[in-house]
Amino acid sequence: MPLSDSFFGQKFGITEHDLESYLSEALSAGGEYADLYFEYLATSQLSIDESIVKSAVQGVSLGIGVRVISGERTGYAYSDDLSPEKIRKAARVAACIANGPSKVEKTGFEETRRRDLYPIVTAPSETSLAERVELVKRADHAARAADKRVFQVQASYIDSLREVLVATSDGVLSTDRQPLARLGVSVLARDTEGSGDHVAQRGYSGGGGRVALDFFETEKTPEHFAREAVRQAIVQLQALPAPAGEMAVVLGPGWPGVLLHEAVGHGLEADFNRKKVSAFSGLIGQQVASPLCTVIDDGTIRNRRGSLNVDDEGATTQENVLIEKGVLRGYLFDKLSSRLLRSKTTGSGRRESYQHIPMPRMTNTFMLAGDSDPEDIIRSTSRGLYCANFGGGQVDITSGNFVFNASESYLIEDGHITRPVRGAMLTGNGPEALKHVSMVGHDLKLDEGMGMCGKEGQSVPVGVGIPTIKIDRMTVGGTAA
Amino acid sequence: MIDPELARQTVRLATERGATDAECTLAEGQEFSAQVRMRELETLKDAGSRRAGLRVLVGKRVGSAHTSDLSSDGVRQMVDSALAIAAISTEDPYAGLPDTTDLGSLAGDLQLYSDDILGIDTPARIQAALDTEEAALSWDPRITNSEGASFSAYSGQRVFANSRGFLGSYRTSSCSLSATPVARQGDAMERDFWYSSARSHSKLDSPAAVGRRAAERTVRRLGARKVPTQKVPVIFDSVTARSLIGNIFEAVEGDSIYRKASILAEKLGQRVASENVTVIDDGGLPGLFGTSPFDDEGVPSRRTVVIDRGVLQSYLLNSYTARKLGMRTTGNAARGITGNAGVGHGNFFLQKGERSPEEIVRGIRQGLYVTELIGHGVNVVTGDYSRGAAGLWIENGEFAYPVSEITIAANLQQMLLDVEAAGSDLEFRGSVASPTLLIREMTVSGQ
Repeated sequence: MPLSDSFFGQKFGITEHDLESYLSEALSAGGEYADLYFEYLATSQLSIDESIVKSAVQGVSLGIGVRVISGERTGYAYSDDLSPEKIRKAARVAACIANGPSKVEKTGFEETRRRDLYPIVTAPSETSLAERVELVKRADHAARAADKRVFQVQASYIDSLREVLVATSDGVLSTDRQPLARLGVSVLARDTEGSGDHVAQRGYSGGGGRVALDFFETEKTPEHFAREAVRQAIVQLQALPAPAGEMAVVLGPGWPGVLLHEAVGHGLEADFNRKKVSAFSGLIGQQVASPLCTVIDDGTIRNRRGSLNVDDEGATTQENVLIEKGVLRGYLFDKLSSRLLRSKTTGSGRRESYQHIPMPRMTNTFMLAGDSDPEDIIRSTSRGLYCANFGGGQVDITSGNFVFNASESYLIEDGHITRPVRGAMLTGNGPEALKHVSMVGHDLKLDEGMGMCGKEGQSVPVGVGIPTIKIDRMTVGGTAA
Repeated sequence: MIDPELARQTVRLATERGATDAECTLAEGQEFSAQVRMRELETLKDAGSRRAGLRVLVGKRVGSAHTSDLSSDGVRQMVDSALAIAAISTEDPYAGLPDTTDLGSLAGDLQLYSDDILGIDTPARIQAALDTEEAALSWDPRITNSEGASFSAYSGQRVFANSRGFLGSYRTSSCSLSATPVARQGDAMERDFWYSSARSHSKLDSPAAVGRRAAERTVRRLGARKVPTQKVPVIFDSVTARSLIGNIFEAVEGDSIYRKASILAEKLGQRVASENVTVIDDGGLPGLFGTSPFDDEGVPSRRTVVIDRGVLQSYLLNSYTARKLGMRTTGNAARGITGNAGVGHGNFFLQKGERSPEEIVRGIRQGLYVTELIGHGVNVVTGDYSRGAAGLWIENGEFAYPVSEITIAANLQQMLLDVEAAGSDLEFRGSVASPTLLIREMTVSGQ
């Protein structure tokens, strides 16, 4: 698409000549590389609570970030005003990182190859608010109808459309239009019969992706998420305290892939490895997982939450093999890391907004399917924990120690899933944990599309996935010693 | 600087166009950061932005909008957008603004803004970060690498107006220094960090002090082991204890109370913690990070005793949760820039006790001293508490060796009743503060 037909060309009259002049301003103090990131973000968010649509918000945000790189140094400035004077001022501030004669850069841009991983049939702006309200009302109704022990229901629908333009001093020009939508349902349930104190339990379910509203009418309905949230809360009503200590852990398919995100993914981001502060630093070519494990980060899966046509530095996203049959193959690179480590970018440069400096991040991270029957995996376990769902996780990339909490888990006794147990934290060490994977199921599943990843204060949407796997040894942090 | 009149004009425009009530927030911020790594400047960031947010009521229906475009066109679009949303929302009998009699602002200088930070030029800021990192790198030969050090500064302004005649504005500033060294012993690496932050540059700790403390915290983690699974007394240092105080806040804020989604719902006047636990929220303490002249609904900040020697005295409420509970707002409304206000805290802290942290450690025969917590394993609906931890193992009143890759678990209700001591080391390093805390017993899960 010619720039003149793009969002920023149409709405703000930005031309290639403008971009070149801003970039040369950014390099006026001698930086080696500069880029511009224009962003327009329109969001809407509404929620139903106690069967009342109490809150709805619409908003717009517009801005530009200017980055200048000089050796290992980065200068960054941004503006929420797209007037030429303000953009030039931001460029001059970012330029200060360098100290030398002005660089003459090549002129002209080459547009990044177009792809369409998330074609937009109906833009959010063309969808009425009333249609969105209907979604959360349906979720509220379905959750309340699902079980009479449910006493609180909150459902929310958030969607956004981000228009992006990236122009770089090495001649990359790319535009993208990125939709994102998520429907979430949270319920509280309590036993009303019998004696004893009736402790409430929470259930949560949600999902979406780079999709529009019709996805929730045809593929994953409000009723689907509502029933799943209620199911989780009801299961918890019968849950016993979680066990404590080392034991075998079986992860169910889908969202438990967050294990890969924490145990492996963050430690393979190239910025940490350039600085040699990751537990995975210097381990390329070495066995870091059982030969049953192949782990991929793939930003090109259609309509997935973590997918992007181009990353936030204008590079095409791709499928990156992180671990192949247990051997560490590669890191995730952004532009700065690839320049300094003389490697190719992997299309992994991402940022939260125009106010943020890009860094290497994951997209959709998952493990390839294996050969085992999921039922055989359970049957082979004499005593352990089966984790069907997780909350979030966190990792210390330097020591490699990570945790993640199981929001729905069950005891495995003599090869059978028996009783549900309450939320337990699982902990392990990144380069060690996956060495104990002894079985990998044939049932790879990606998550429903609700993941958010935080790093150095920046949040970006991500996806995860995993088949059923068995880890022979892991520490489970319950209270029942 | 934003002209506060813009907030009043926006409210007026909203009421002229059909809102029965309106609230407008304007916020402006300037951020600066200099990051250095391995004795070289790595990143400089210097920029600012502004935003406006509006919430309207049309009868009992609510709509909200926000924009980064503060031009008259941008503001008009925001007003129309908020009104369009109000038209499709549902009547909420409890929707409203605070009572006019509850509106107001604390008088006097709360010392939230200091221009001494502006007086430090960019080279001096970079030097402060370099000095901080140097202090860490040179502290111990085992510190072999660094994730860097930084100096950052922020200044901003917040304006709030509503259709009941409230108009208030205040400026804030802050600056901070931090360092994250990396230590190596054999194949094992550990990192930790330390920081200092203050509203005035004059109150900031020195680069040498920050760097040295970061190095000490990092080096003492080397050689960490896992311990066998067992039940022992657990001491939270004053850093990790803050997160426990944060959990108490989640359990007393009005939203979780009226939903009965808290272990402390319907417990006013009851014993919920040991005698050693007195928890206070005070939004009026000068110069601190939880201080403001008024909350995000225009109600003056104040001091509220939440738990008095173990007995639950008060929840923390905004006007909505107060109406839901038949109570009065405690001036704890909080929101970003728009939308229905949630509940936040001022300076939320646990009052200090008599014994020093060293004395508390000396009193433990065998136990865990926690210096880091990771993961989000706290459920205030049920009290289930399970988090990843790292720290030091205590034997016979002394630190024996570092431990990591373990979890600590218990029930939050029982933990509060089991607080056997609060240390004498209360220090306000953010809007939540706690002294060292000793919990009688928790399950430590390891091997």
